[in-house]
Amino acid sequence: MRRFSLPVILLLISCLAALPALACGGDDGGDSLTVITHDSFNLSEELIKQFESENHVTVKLLPKGDAGSMLTALILTKRNPEGDVAFGVDNTLLSRALDEGVFAAYTSPLTIKVPADLRGEGSNLVTPIDYGYVNFNYDIEALKKLNIEPPKKLEDLTDAKYRGLVVVENPASSSPGLAFLIATVDYFGESAYLNWWKAMRANDMKVVDGWETAYYTNFSLAGGSQPIVLSYATSPAFEQLFADPPRKDAPTANILVAKGVFRQVEYAGVLKGAKNEALARKFIDFLLSVPVQEDIPGQMAVYPVNQDAKVPEAFAAFSKVDVAPASVSAEAIAAKRDSWIEAWTKSVLR
Amino acid sequence: MDRSVDEKRPSLTARARERRPLLLVVPAGLLLAAFLAYPLQGILRESFQRDGGIGLLVEDTYYLERGWFTLWQATVSAALTLLLAVPLAWLLACHAFPGKRTIEAVLMVPFVLPTIVVAVAFSALVGPSGVANDLLTRIPGIEEPPIRILNTVWAILLAHVFYNVAVAGRIIATGWRGLDSRVEESAAMLGAGPAARFFLITLPALRNSLLAAASLVFLFCFTSFGVVLILGGPQFGTLETEIYRESLFLFRLPVAGALALAQLVVTFAAIVINARLQQATPQRTEARSTTPWDRKSAALGAAILALLLLLTAAPMAALVERSFHGGDGYTLRYYTMLDDNVRGQALFVAPIEAVRNSVVFALATVAVALPVGTLAAIGSVRARSTLAEALVQLPLGVSSVTLGLGFLVTMDQPPLNLRESPALVVIAHSLIAVPFVTRTVSARLRSLDPRLRDAAAMLGAGPARTFFAVEAPLLKGAIGVAAVLSFATSMGEFGATLLIARPEYPTIPVAIFRYLGQPGALNYGQALAMSTVLMAVTGSTFFLAERLVRVRTGGVS
Repeated sequence: MRRFSLPVILLLISCLAALPALACGGDDGGDSLTVITHDSFNLSEELIKQFESENHVTVKLLPKGDAGSMLTALILTKRNPEGDVAFGVDNTLLSRALDEGVFAAYTSPLTIKVPADLRGEGSNLVTPIDYGYVNFNYDIEALKKLNIEPPKKLEDLTDAKYRGLVVVENPASSSPGLAFLIATVDYFGESAYLNWWKAMRANDMKVVDGWETAYYTNFSLAGGSQPIVLSYATSPAFEQLFADPPRKDAPTANILVAKGVFRQVEYAGVLKGAKNEALARKFIDFLLSVPVQEDIPGQMAVYPVNQDAKVPEAFAAFSKVDVAPASVSAEAIAAKRDSWIEAWTKSVLR
Repeated sequence: MDRSVDEKRPSLTARARERRPLLLVVPAGLLLAAFLAYPLQGILRESFQRDGGIGLLVEDTYYLERGWFTLWQATVSAALTLLLAVPLAWLLACHAFPGKRTIEAVLMVPFVLPTIVVAVAFSALVGPSGVANDLLTRIPGIEEPPIRILNTVWAILLAHVFYNVAVAGRIIATGWRGLDSRVEESAAMLGAGPAARFFLITLPALRNSLLAAASLVFLFCFTSFGVVLILGGPQFGTLETEIYRESLFLFRLPVAGALALAQLVVTFAAIVINARLQQATPQRTEARSTTPWDRKSAALGAAILALLLLLTAAPMAALVERSFHGGDGYTLRYYTMLDDNVRGQALFVAPIEAVRNSVVFALATVAVALPVGTLAAIGSVRARSTLAEALVQLPLGVSSVTLGLGFLVTMDQPPLNLRESPALVVIAHSLIAVPFVTRTVSARLRSLDPRLRDAAAMLGAGPARTFFAVEAPLLKGAIGVAAVLSFATSMGEFGATLLIARPEYPTIPVAIFRYLGQPGALNYGQALAMSTVLMAVTGSTFFLAERLVRVRTGGVS
């Protein structure tokens, strides 16, 4: 009996001690601004603190899973939003957010610093903050060992010498997967893109659920079997920046094919029903300001949209994109996205 | 007329008295009503209000195939897990060996690992350039890496066994310890060999524990999500991975809602069948003493242990090895850098903070789930209510994605305005932990000899006194196991909490995901280091819990 009660008492005491820590989860008083983001969002703490002190506000960053999860959460809570601003809806899924009326109109005065082609559709509702390119990367060392040249165009990848060497993400569960699927529609045309995918399947292309799996279990750089991975143009730069041990070059490089890469633009918007709309607008201006725009590349591996912002040297050295990306209109994406995914799933996965 | 009424009356009150223990199930019932039924109806109503997609379910055999695969892989996974869990239970219940507690703690660790970490661990061990293939290709004559299981159905099954074998083994061992060894001894005396004794006496006597373990593993694998998504790959899919894709990426909520309902129906049926098959089988009240080793059983024991360690500890060891393996030889760099916010990130997670949050959430979960689940077990076993027992198990069968979305749409106004409170995380964890507690405790309760209670009552003890003086000490071991299981559930849960996690309290899995989300060897190394921290923290907690609760196993000191 005594031995039975001792652990229970200990347990209860430790839990009681834990409760106050849990109870004070609410507001710490004063004005606060909640920013809903996806898991990949990050910024320098220093910049956030600066915004807080300039506006006498506490900023709360609220990550809601990946980009798809975040958008679903935004839509389901639109009658009583969890935050004031949302960051991270991209041009592949934007139409869904616009159709559901998640955002309130706002055009930042700093938008004039953003090139016109990045502003895109729904520009009075959302503001572009950054962009990146989705394309294939290859493991330089691994291809050299196999004595294979990196491909010059997407068609090359169906060649027998690339058999089993390519890994892509499922467009029905991954942002870069979906982005690249849209690029292939433009590159091959609506009537032919599925043929290329079928040929890729016949050539033993691997499909995985998401970027983390592709990059950290399938990609040869992390010990996997595939030296060619669907990732981002900035990945080689990050491989150099975060190399271990430090190195001057990058272990990977981009495969850049005109119209065969997708330019992914990420937007921010004031949420309809925001409790603090004025500050939400200010936060969007803040995201577009040069210091934040120059912070973004190193934090999130994307390019700033503000023309005045400088990018890290590694980006220019290892992640320069000098080809035209696929051009698919926002209307086409909105109208056909779901049927492209459906058709892809049927021909590649089943 | 009067007479017949009078005759009925005592039977009515007798029935009422029989039902009275159900009051003990009320806390669990309230938890379920407020945090399972209410959010589920909220999200389902919201889902079915939207149009589109539902026709797909009938016109396309795809979903039916996925449903079939779900059932198939869950059954096979449960069978394979049991095949290894029974030998493990035999080791744990019947024998003493050096390092038993440590091994027990190590075997439990996989249960809390995020799937992506398990994927990385498997790839470090059996991937094309993993340790195993590396060794095998050194054998002359083997050129290509011979082990290729990633992205096959074997990876799914293997991972399910990896995750569940220790939990199943423990549940069975708890029952095994209560078996009366005298029956086996008499059989031996009468000339029954070890195989006959095992198959004809021990296995049938373990019926309840085997069923409890099998159905638990079945439920886990039926609602399996990360393993199928990540290790299997998109060519495989369970109902849960389809629900995930449909609701979080394709945004076809009616399809997701219908699939979630289908999943609920199947899992509830499995739960009820399991509860029906459970029988009251009184067992010995004092723990059985461990059997001394003879040469044969020692060899068998060593072989079983080696196999289990190869399956569970080897992938983890490969992961740990990699976390120390820098580009230029062995290093502690990934660990020392964990505490260093190099990029000055606003969402930086300091490891010590993540560890503290994870442990606090887990302890709070134990504090909620242990009393609620134990009471529910006592109540439903006493009232002999299969339905009550089955209902408490329901959270195990609910789609965690659907439940998470349900929290989002319903927990945003009084009286349950909890969307911004970390208490909701604890509640979500508890919801999933309660079934474990109830299951473990009720299995033990059923095995108690009812004559014990009768004797206590005869001697004048009230129900409360009977419980605390007679039964509670006998339930000690089961409650200890229940506490460890609910702690582990909380440390590893991130399905339902994905959408309600609070950024103020990042946990260890959150920290791991931060690093795995970006390219670069340093980020990868730090993710592995953080995973090692998670394994170390949970492993040592299990070890400590074991000491604290002291599951008495006879000969072990």
